[in-house]
Amino acid sequence: MRLAFIARRLAMLVASLLVASFVIFGALALAPGNPIAALSGGRSLPPSSLHVLEQRYHLNQPFFTQYWYWLDNALHGNLGISITLRENVTTLIASRVWTTAGLVLYASLIILVLGIGMGIVAGLRPGMLDTSALVTSAISAAIPSFVAAIALVALFAVKLRWFPALGNGTDFVSNLRHFTLPAFALALSSLAIVARVTRSAIREEADREHVQTAISRGIPRRQLVRRHILRNAAIPITTISGITIASLIAVAAVVETAFSLNGLGAYLVTSAQNKDLAVVQGISLVLVTAFVVINVAVDLAYAVLDPRVALGSRAQ
Amino acid sequence: MSELMPLARAGDAAPLVTVQAPRGGRGAVGLLRATGTAGMASAVVIAIATTVAVIGSLIAPFSPTLVHPALPFVGPTGAHVLGFDVEGRDVLSRLLAGATSSMLGPLAVVLGSLLAGTMFAVIAAWRRGLIDAVISSGLDILFAFPGILLAVLAAAVFGAGLPAAAISLAIAYMPYVARVLRGAALKERSQPYVAALEVQGASATTICLRHIVPNIMPLMVAQATILFGYAMVDLAAISFIGLGVQPPAPNWGVMISENQVGIPQGYPLPALAAGACIVAVVIAFNVLGERLFEQAQGSR
Repeated sequence: MRLAFIARRLAMLVASLLVASFVIFGALALAPGNPIAALSGGRSLPPSSLHVLEQRYHLNQPFFTQYWYWLDNALHGNLGISITLRENVTTLIASRVWTTAGLVLYASLIILVLGIGMGIVAGLRPGMLDTSALVTSAISAAIPSFVAAIALVALFAVKLRWFPALGNGTDFVSNLRHFTLPAFALALSSLAIVARVTRSAIREEADREHVQTAISRGIPRRQLVRRHILRNAAIPITTISGITIASLIAVAAVVETAFSLNGLGAYLVTSAQNKDLAVVQGISLVLVTAFVVINVAVDLAYAVLDPRVALGSRAQ
Repeated sequence: MSELMPLARAGDAAPLVTVQAPRGGRGAVGLLRATGTAGMASAVVIAIATTVAVIGSLIAPFSPTLVHPALPFVGPTGAHVLGFDVEGRDVLSRLLAGATSSMLGPLAVVLGSLLAGTMFAVIAAWRRGLIDAVISSGLDILFAFPGILLAVLAAAVFGAGLPAAAISLAIAYMPYVARVLRGAALKERSQPYVAALEVQGASATTICLRHIVPNIMPLMVAQATILFGYAMVDLAAISFIGLGVQPPAPNWGVMISENQVGIPQGYPLPALAAGACIVAVVIAFNVLGERLFEQAQGSR
């Protein structure tokens, strides 16, 4: 049963990636005007360049053949050439991918440590602390990343001067300083959501019959929390953490723009403004792939954590 | 099904017994009162924001686009209670006039995704079997595209602007709506009253539109309320990165990006004021949506 579930999920992964890549490539066909105009972003090019574009995208062939060539190239690491920088898109992506990966990783750590930590504390200790955590998280959950960004810069970079406001660092330590504010801006609302879900999962498990029985049998509290509450609450916590962390990949574009970080997302935004379609398609493909893979990984982790649910789709 | 057969036989000219489908009629006011103090307070915030969105540019004390080159980032003075922005425009006027596009965009996203999502959900639940399987896995596959990413792609192809962004988000949100509503519609579909109506000879369209949709309406409203908050955040983000509403048009997301330069200069007020508007409206929609969701779940 478990194997069938894993196989089904992997098949969905491939289908999702095929559909996503088709949407990304098909955008070219939907563009107003001819594909050449879309690819050149409305710039007027010399006939020789037009000819190169025509060759590269196989524009004289049927649409599905064009898609096939494009996908085949993409799978071999060839994502075309930037029309503004006249450079290989794969090279342009490779030089920026670590900024985005580092930012998302840093934010994920913040979410996992602070979000789950706060949720557990609030869930196990009803009272003032819990109430204030609930109100704080309701507010934080509604703060968009870019609003968090300007507020954090205004307070910690301009007023207190603890952290730099803009740009990448030069080495690991200075990068850590440069990425702290962006990572918190990116993490804030997800952190609040994870904390809320953790809290209610803990609360729900703590009220369950088997926990009450364990208490009456005199099982030490530490063991009770670890073995009977956390173990069972781990399932919804893993799911929500995975979903929110996957969603960071798209939001990173906004945060990178706000902090002028030299990452994939900020470059995607600039390329969209410049109508550099090859770059937009390449980065979109990379980001969507990361998003889908993380989501499937969460589903698989979910099946491992809870053998009962090796059948249906992810729990709500 | 079988115990209903003696009551209403298919093909009878006049059914012996007319089955009345249950209805969740409680009225909007009763529904709101049941959401508690926090829910009512949120509804008030939403009502104010909606009013401003409709009449904002009429009650703005100054022109939201009138530039004063000599007054960039000048603090609150006299009639200009929130001061001037990066180009010396009145911040309060821009906030009021900007409410229109800031609220209208999410409304379009919610209506679009709700309409399409409900349609897929009800069709899947009604036909069940193969069609349900096809629709459901199709929706699962659509999940693969984060809304913001789709909007950026659309902006690259069609040019930046609110319509492309709103359509992209509506498409990206649709699977979420359809997933939740499909579950509810499936439950409704298996109720005895639906079988009874079928036996009475009511058409599928009638049963779906007149009975199933009204009965999942509370869930639709809750879903729409929560989605509005998400749509507002995402659309403001898209405008913030320059791919949504285009300056100099007033919009809360645009205002944050325009006035970001004021922050290092020690003048964060215009950017933060626009941010506060977004946060206040989003909190209101989140809280009210959560309460409505609990109610919709509780009532079934």
